[in-house]
Amino acid sequence: MRTMKTTALLLSAALLAPGVAFAQETIKIGVTQPLTGAVAASGNYVANGARVAEEVVNANGGVLGKKIQLIIEDNKSNPKEAVASAEKLIVRDKVPVLMGAWSSTFTLAVMPKLVEYGVPMVVETSSSTKITTSGNPWVFRIAPTSAMEAKSFAEKLDHFQPAIQKADFLAVNNDFGRGSAEEFRKMLQAKGVKIGVTETMAPEATDLSAQLSSIKQSGGDTLFVTTGVEQITLILKQAAELRLPHRVITNGGSSSPDQLIAQAGAAANGGYFTLFFAPWFPEKAVHPTVAKTFVDGWNKKGYDFAGLTEGYRGYDGIMTIVEAIKKAGKAEPQAIRDALWTVKLDGVNGDIAFKKDGPEGKESGQNEANVYVVQVKDGKVTMP
Amino acid sequence: MEAHLQHLLNAVVLGGTYALLGIGLTLIFGIMRVVNFTHGELYTFGAYMAYMLAGMMGLNFFMSLAMAAVLGMALGALIEFTLLRPLKGADIDTTMLVMIGAGIAMQAGEQLVWGGVAKSVPSPFPTEPVVLGSVSVGMNRLFVLGVALLLLGGFYLLINRTKLGVAMRATFQDPDTAALMGVNRGLMYTLTFALGSGLAATAGALLGPIFVVTPTMGDLVALKAFAIVILGGLGNIPGATIGGFVLALAEEFGAGYLSSGYRDAMGFLLIIAVLIVRPQGLFAMKERIG
Repeated sequence: MRTMKTTALLLSAALLAPGVAFAQETIKIGVTQPLTGAVAASGNYVANGARVAEEVVNANGGVLGKKIQLIIEDNKSNPKEAVASAEKLIVRDKVPVLMGAWSSTFTLAVMPKLVEYGVPMVVETSSSTKITTSGNPWVFRIAPTSAMEAKSFAEKLDHFQPAIQKADFLAVNNDFGRGSAEEFRKMLQAKGVKIGVTETMAPEATDLSAQLSSIKQSGGDTLFVTTGVEQITLILKQAAELRLPHRVITNGGSSSPDQLIAQAGAAANGGYFTLFFAPWFPEKAVHPTVAKTFVDGWNKKGYDFAGLTEGYRGYDGIMTIVEAIKKAGKAEPQAIRDALWTVKLDGVNGDIAFKKDGPEGKESGQNEANVYVVQVKDGKVTMP
Repeated sequence: MEAHLQHLLNAVVLGGTYALLGIGLTLIFGIMRVVNFTHGELYTFGAYMAYMLAGMMGLNFFMSLAMAAVLGMALGALIEFTLLRPLKGADIDTTMLVMIGAGIAMQAGEQLVWGGVAKSVPSPFPTEPVVLGSVSVGMNRLFVLGVALLLLGGFYLLINRTKLGVAMRATFQDPDTAALMGVNRGLMYTLTFALGSGLAATAGALLGPIFVVTPTMGDLVALKAFAIVILGGLGNIPGATIGGFVLALAEEFGAGYLSSGYRDAMGFLLIIAVLIVRPQGLFAMKERIG
């Protein structure tokens, strides 16, 4: 009995020791992403982008003389798990800063925990306007809001031939989908475009023929789709089966057109996709050298090209955090939050800097991000 | 009118796949009385087998489909042999907990082997749909409907018209008498579970090319399969078939005309309504022996 106890003690000491030693040498950054479940493809791409950033930062000597260490948790495409993963990162791993949580619904679920523990989070993907307007001073978003995306899209409206006359919407039934559909509806109405029907779908729904049949009846010429790449694949395939006459435009930037071409085949042809990084045209990026460093790092790791459009989010997110840690001079939550306001960074998407958004005294940080629109033609991505 | 027709056609096509899921589970849950929480995972397993055989190894799609069905049966037989057989005589709670555990372990295993990112199974059918007047339907969906109807008919005959079917039903109604009549009880248990599992795997392999394949794809499907079986009445193959079509109609028209965001809720609302009026399900006798 005694020997067993001793062995157990020794074993646990041996298990704990490297963890303790490690903590002194590295600066930990917590990441919560949907690595499994309904939107897993995107979450894995973002996590891979973060890993590229980790490697680039550490290859250049790290930050404050220490290497950075990512702790990536799976939020299982589920808001409850998102909260649990964030709490685990903050309480058990004691990370001073987080990046996450992909979907607006997951991010909104995590946000009260940031206030509770006083830890800042850089939001790399979520687009619901609510995130930065709800008065949470621990949130800093580098992704564009749905309203910004709609505004950028409005400038490109004249490029569509034939012009968009009547638009229908198919959106995932959560904060991201409903928020985006509303912003685009407002923008299109202001531009004199007629609005047809708005259909919604559950995030894990796979058969969308009922929604698409109703949309077909509405007589619109363009369908705006807001959801992740998995459902976009299904929508494109099922729209082809139902001979939907609409031009399909997806927004939200999570469409990974190369994955669509691989999985939906010919059904992807003719579709338009809004993106925040267009890796086929790195020369069109605001900072081509930054984009090149990211793409080279991505390729070196052997990651799938299709993931670059999402992966950049993870890269820019971690780079933003590292810049803030550098400016703060120490890896402590409050200091990092204060430093995030002063970050000026050349990102893959463009210039990263935070402006105040939300109620006075409790503002969140919001970055002005760039939006690109690409089209798939004959199985190839083009920029119209 | 055109919209009604298209919704109706969608519902019929979807109903075929639901019925296929329903009869697999009605064999296991209805006849064997095993609350089978691995049904959705066997569906997922079938889809991944189709992906592995047709997508990765480049085998013929129809060949892969048949092999996925056989592999599903083998996995089902294994589950029955290693998990259910030692539990014979245990109460329903114990069996249920073991099956929940097995379901979770299988899903985690799928995650480990295939990763969380969706896979796509190549389809042998052209993407051009079949156009019938003002409505249209994908070739691959018609194929699924055809296979589903064939299997539904085949299993109805198997259970109700063959000696094997009589032996299966007898085993679960009165095992001792069945054994006295010369029925090999152990074999019947394994066979029934394997057949039900094979049907789930077939459904997964059939639907793989239509949807995308993910480790969690079985969750909602399992829930719906239970709903269909309860709706149709336990152990009743025509009941499960009609239950499948009724659920599809409720979802399709509910989503088409009421609210598409709550599509999956429509079916369950219907089930609650049915259970209030007919607690034994639509097509079951009031008293069942078993």
